[in-house]
Amino acid sequence: MTLAVENLTVRFGEKTVLDRFSLSLPLSGVTALSAPSGSGKTTLLRVLGGLQAGGGVVEGVAPGRTAFLFQEDRLLPWRTVGEHISDVLPRERRTEVSRWLELAELEGEADSWPAALSGGMGRRLALARVLALGGELYLLDEPFAGVDAPRAERILKRIRALGVPVLLASHEAHILSLADRVVRLDGPPLRVI
Amino acid sequence: MTPSTTSPEHPNTKGNPAPHKLLRVLLPMAFWLLIWQLGAMWVGRAAIRSAWAAGDSAALLDAVLRGKELFLPGPAAVLRSLGTLAGTAFFWQSALLSLERIFAGFLAGAVLGAVLAVFCAAFRWADALLSPAVAVIRATPVASFIILLLLWVATNRVPTVCSALMVLPVVWGNVRKGVGETDPLLLEAARAYRFTAWKTVRLVYVPSVLPYFASGCSTALGLAWKAGIAAEVLCLPKTAIGTQIFNSKRYLETPDLFAWTLVVLLLSFLLDRVFGALFHRMERGRRG
Repeated sequence: MTLAVENLTVRFGEKTVLDRFSLSLPLSGVTALSAPSGSGKTTLLRVLGGLQAGGGVVEGVAPGRTAFLFQEDRLLPWRTVGEHISDVLPRERRTEVSRWLELAELEGEADSWPAALSGGMGRRLALARVLALGGELYLLDEPFAGVDAPRAERILKRIRALGVPVLLASHEAHILSLADRVVRLDGPPLRVI
Repeated sequence: MTPSTTSPEHPNTKGNPAPHKLLRVLLPMAFWLLIWQLGAMWVGRAAIRSAWAAGDSAALLDAVLRGKELFLPGPAAVLRSLGTLAGTAFFWQSALLSLERIFAGFLAGAVLGAVLAVFCAAFRWADALLSPAVAVIRATPVASFIILLLLWVATNRVPTVCSALMVLPVVWGNVRKGVGETDPLLLEAARAYRFTAWKTVRLVYVPSVLPYFASGCSTALGLAWKAGIAAEVLCLPKTAIGTQIFNSKRYLETPDLFAWTLVVLLLSFLLDRVFGALFHRMERGRRG
């Protein structure tokens, strides 16, 4: 299976973020996108996740079947940690809450409120929610921002064991070193180096 | 920096902030009661002066406590009047029926206002249609409504409908604003996490709008009481606080007027506290 984008174009007013951008990747393991801030990699992930319209062709992934981790945590202040997970699970899978919390090393926090979490814990909760949601492809935008390196590495190993292909954007060298392949990008407009 | 109530600088309140909180409520109340008492003494100074000149201590005490009752009775005279009224069944019937009418109007206005606001937020045509109507209701003087309603509905219903009409635009405006200011990032996340429309309403919209709704209800509750009592004064239902206020005015029973007003204030304050506590519970966890 391959993820292929061809002639992808996205403009925000006068600014062209993606200009006939093309890329082909095997849909397996962990693929990391490495690019400077503001280069357009978030826009690329959003287009792949079906959250952003873009001119061009995307093949290999249906927008409704991806699980997208936003750059911001986007937690609901009025839902507990456990509720964040159960909210994205169908009724018959509600018993899995502790499994996903353990994967993100948040066991024991099920009844905590988002406001009581540290920045790194909030990030891990946002990540656990997306992993629990599931899909044919995980699109993770800066999944380990604010998470300490050893913990991020442990969690990434567990994500890999899920067997779902991952496309993540990251700046951190230790995360890039754990990926099966790294695509180095520059921009805007985004281009493969 | 605001000193902590448990700091060594405040040994009296250390580990027990409740008395401090009580003082913060009681001290301003005592201050304003003193101002009221002094005002009543100033208005009734002629009676105080003549009792003083006559050397009659009982008359002097009576003059100090009563003030000049017709213009400004003292707090003691009002409390005495309230005590006398509270000893009658009619007092409680009037208070309960007024509470029922005004609360029913408040609830109707709040529910209708919230539903219409959601409707207006969801459909542009509904907003175009209803916004001018709500603006007209907001700007129309309450007296005009009361007189019109006297022609249109049963006398007993006028305070209810009038209260509802005062509450509706306030709650409508607040809920409309709350829906409009729901975080678009959370709405986008709800779409990305495949929430159904109902789930998005329940988990994103309702908690986002709740503080706006609570704030609107708090403001509208006071308006409901003002409009409802004004309607009662003008349409004179058989058993009502407003009717008793009107009678107090007609028979120049100023202490009774003050006592009934005090009852309105107490009921309004009580309802406000009940709603405050209710919304506080509903907003669980927002502060972590």
